[in-house]
Amino acid sequence: MKNDRTILEGLDPELMEQVVSRRAAVGRSSALAGALAIASMPVAFGLLAKRAFAQGGLPQGIIDVLNFALTLEYLEEEFYVTGVGTAGLIPGADLPIFEQIRKHETAHVALLQSVLGASAVAKPTFDFTAGGAFDPFNVYGEFQALSQGFEDTGVRAYKGQAAALMSDNTVLTTALRIHSVEGRHASEVRRLRGQKGWITGNQTDVPALAAIYAGEEAANGAATSAAAAEAFDEPLTMAQVLAIADPFIV
Amino acid sequence: MNPKVSEENSELRFLGSLARTTGRRKFVQWAGLTLGVVALGCSDDNGTNPTPGDGEVNLGTGDTGVLNYAYALEQLEAAFYTEVLAGAYFAGAQADEKEILTDIRNHEVIHRDFLKAALGTSAIADLTVTFASVNMADRASVLGAAQTFEDLGVSAYNGAGQLLTDASNLLVAGKIVSVEARHAAAIRDLLVPKSSAVGSFAGDDTVDPTTGLEIPERTPTAVLTAAATYVTTTINASGLPTS
Repeated sequence: MKNDRTILEGLDPELMEQVVSRRAAVGRSSALAGALAIASMPVAFGLLAKRAFAQGGLPQGIIDVLNFALTLEYLEEEFYVTGVGTAGLIPGADLPIFEQIRKHETAHVALLQSVLGASAVAKPTFDFTAGGAFDPFNVYGEFQALSQGFEDTGVRAYKGQAAALMSDNTVLTTALRIHSVEGRHASEVRRLRGQKGWITGNQTDVPALAAIYAGEEAANGAATSAAAAEAFDEPLTMAQVLAIADPFIV
Repeated sequence: MNPKVSEENSELRFLGSLARTTGRRKFVQWAGLTLGVVALGCSDDNGTNPTPGDGEVNLGTGDTGVLNYAYALEQLEAAFYTEVLAGAYFAGAQADEKEILTDIRNHEVIHRDFLKAALGTSAIADLTVTFASVNMADRASVLGAAQTFEDLGVSAYNGAGQLLTDASNLLVAGKIVSVEARHAAAIRDLLVPKSSAVGSFAGDDTVDPTTGLEIPERTPTAVLTAAATYVTTTINASGLPTS
């Protein structure tokens, strides 16, 4: 039976309180939908999936990180499924990019669910308008801006959790192999928007998404310059990432 | 004997463990292996100290060895883009391509210098490299080689993560690898723009369409074998951890 908690519960208490109270007003997310997703999961992830059911299963610390990752992947997947499925939103010339990204995010969700098995958190209910602040499925520019924000967040989020996965080489390497794909996505969407593929300082052209870029200006000992900040992507903590995701989770 | 990269990982892991249990020198005599630039086994059975500039470098052991391995790759990339920027293709390239290649050159130089500083006296000597196989006057040749280096770098770092034991070193590798992935996507997009086709930013040739994972992580041996075309210096990777 699938766990119907979301990753936000049991983490940062203050953040949890906000999110849970908001969710309580709207209603619980559907455990049934999650169960259906598990039932229809591809079998290609057999080796990894077995780990979840092996003797003792995965350590709780790793389960927590993978559920955190799964929550982000749920967010990305629903965002792209909705965007790609919205007639007239994405120009034909750009559609292959977002279809490819959508394909990867769907695969990431399935992969993480397969690894987590019964420990997988339920998919939250998302509001990609963030309470009316954005209109991504009617305004293509806002769809692109949020896409960039989610991908850059994904890069920083996986990076921030790598150390917590060091006890399991298979899980760590799998996470790293997702991490670099998020980096590819971010680069492409940024360039599509006329930005550089890499993050200069903590710059963003969308002030409402500034938290995604906080701390990116670190030069890591190199003389401070645009290139030095671009040359390194910085991690975000789980709490920072959840605070970024929070406005998009009902 | 030069095993195919695709068959190499498990075989070399096995050979590596055999080497450890039988003693490297004896093992190497028995196996008679020379793998491109990768010398499995070395004249010094401890193999802990990098040897300066005598045509061979020894990456060393443990996290230091893994960081030296990364340093070797960054040396290669920095040298490549430095040469690209001095070449005829770059001189006549469009402004956006010049900006991308200049940025990447700057990033790789910063990565190289960062790792050298982090390694301090343990850093390997400067590698001797050659890009004779790349036509620096030809866009497709230059960008094709750039794509190879960036994709290789990503899979190298993805494979090196599990070899590190210190979390701060893993974080450093993580900070660099996603920028390499950004580079790889940008270079690919110059070659196959706005596409999901093979060769595009995250095409099925570099991201498995079923799992959404970057192509399998590469072992140091696989990476150094692939890089051997461009590196004249012999890189002794025998001291690197294998898991």
